[in-house]
Amino acid sequence: MSSESKKIILDPLIDNNPIGLQILGICSALAVTTNLGTALVMSLALTSVTAFSNLSISMIRNHVPSAIRIIVQMTIIASLVIVVDQVLKAYVYDLSKQLSVFVGLIITNCIVMGRAEAFAMKNPPGISFLDGIGNGLGYSIVLIFVGVFRELFGSGKLFGIEILSTVNEGGWYVPNGLMLLPPSAFFIIGLMIWGIRAMRPAQVEEPDFKIKDVNGTEVA
Amino acid sequence: MPNENQEKKASSMNFLALSNDSTAKTFIMAILVCLVCAIFVSVSAVALKPLQILNKELDKKKNILQVAGLYQEGTDIEAAFSKIEIKLIDLATGEYTTELDAAKYDDRKAARDPALNVKIPKAKDLGNIRMRPKVMPVYQVKDGDKVIQLILPVNGYGLWSTLYGFLAVEADGQTIVGLSYYEHAETPGLGGEVDNPKWKKLWSGKKVYDTDGNVAIEVVKGSVVRGSRGEEYKVDGLAGATLTSRGVSNMLQYWMGEEGYQKYLTKIQANGV
Repeated sequence: MSSESKKIILDPLIDNNPIGLQILGICSALAVTTNLGTALVMSLALTSVTAFSNLSISMIRNHVPSAIRIIVQMTIIASLVIVVDQVLKAYVYDLSKQLSVFVGLIITNCIVMGRAEAFAMKNPPGISFLDGIGNGLGYSIVLIFVGVFRELFGSGKLFGIEILSTVNEGGWYVPNGLMLLPPSAFFIIGLMIWGIRAMRPAQVEEPDFKIKDVNGTEVA
Repeated sequence: MPNENQEKKASSMNFLALSNDSTAKTFIMAILVCLVCAIFVSVSAVALKPLQILNKELDKKKNILQVAGLYQEGTDIEAAFSKIEIKLIDLATGEYTTELDAAKYDDRKAARDPALNVKIPKAKDLGNIRMRPKVMPVYQVKDGDKVIQLILPVNGYGLWSTLYGFLAVEADGQTIVGLSYYEHAETPGLGGEVDNPKWKKLWSGKKVYDTDGNVAIEVVKGSVVRGSRGEEYKVDGLAGATLTSRGVSNMLQYWMGEEGYQKYLTKIQANGV
């Protein structure tokens, strides 16, 4: 049991990462990673929502009519997200202002919905809760990884503390403006997925179709 | 169908025993889930409301203190803010008004309230904000009994978003102390550089009105040539952010002009605060 729950928590970190392997939840990963502070708060918010939505959905899983199961899941997820948003506004006002609409958008984050439907509907509460935490952590790892690159090279800081002194402040480092724009997160996530798949070739998907050479010899 | 009848009877005793796909259970589950979620959400919203309101007020006060140059990391906001007095002015006459409660007045809410706002004619709407409140707050920074600074809320459209901020002027209603925005969604690194402390420093000491009383302050394209004519009315543009720079110029042109604070400031220049 303990080795199984360990597997459930650790598996989504690299081997079955929701962003890296399943390519879910990209939208918010682009939006909130311009600095580490917001990335961290967003990670915490998503992890707690996934964990508690998994827990509560799993508790009522045997009594959810299949006709309305998605709506029931959405209602629970939406309620949790509103509460998380309210808590952020009450306790970390500055960061919640920067996160603005993206906390609310956790409702539509595919990771939360995906785990509810794929895992919590079929498994008991305890293990579902752990699965939620595991997947939340998998998302967090990617966000923090991307956040470190974007904040360091985009504004020369980490957690708002100056690491590379920028030209604007009279230093030597010319910040890379692209890093502060959403496309850079695409590049970083892309390179990261490449790295993971180079390490774990099992994650590489079969090509959907193959290109045939003129001579008839197959090329992958 | 006899089966359905049995289910209905069972529902009054124990709905958990019902088949998941029966109509009765579907309804009961839907209502129960909604009820529990609604209670959960409303309890947390009501419980956290006071903290959130406090945060919002503190945030606004912090911004006002920042533009007045009274805020450093770790300053006690409430204590520092006690030096500031809020007065409401009627923009149409430039007189103080006491009809509304200054401590509770929210100019951004008033801008959307038909009873408290005026529509800005298109030709005059330089800030592209369509509506403005009739009454605006002015934050007077005091040193003892003497007013040393006036902090005026301004807003206007940039490239992507409406920028909300404050312009601080000295008690002569002419010399700028600082300009600072607390809310905007301009491109980070380009228009977002309105938050750059270096750029904000450029505003200090600039003049708002020329000798004829026209609003002369503007953000120019490129940098201001040192020692050139009218240097005191010009501020360097933001590189790569022409539209945001123009938005800043326009909103100051509007808010410092006849439609905005000019009547009030002219009175102050003549009679003192």
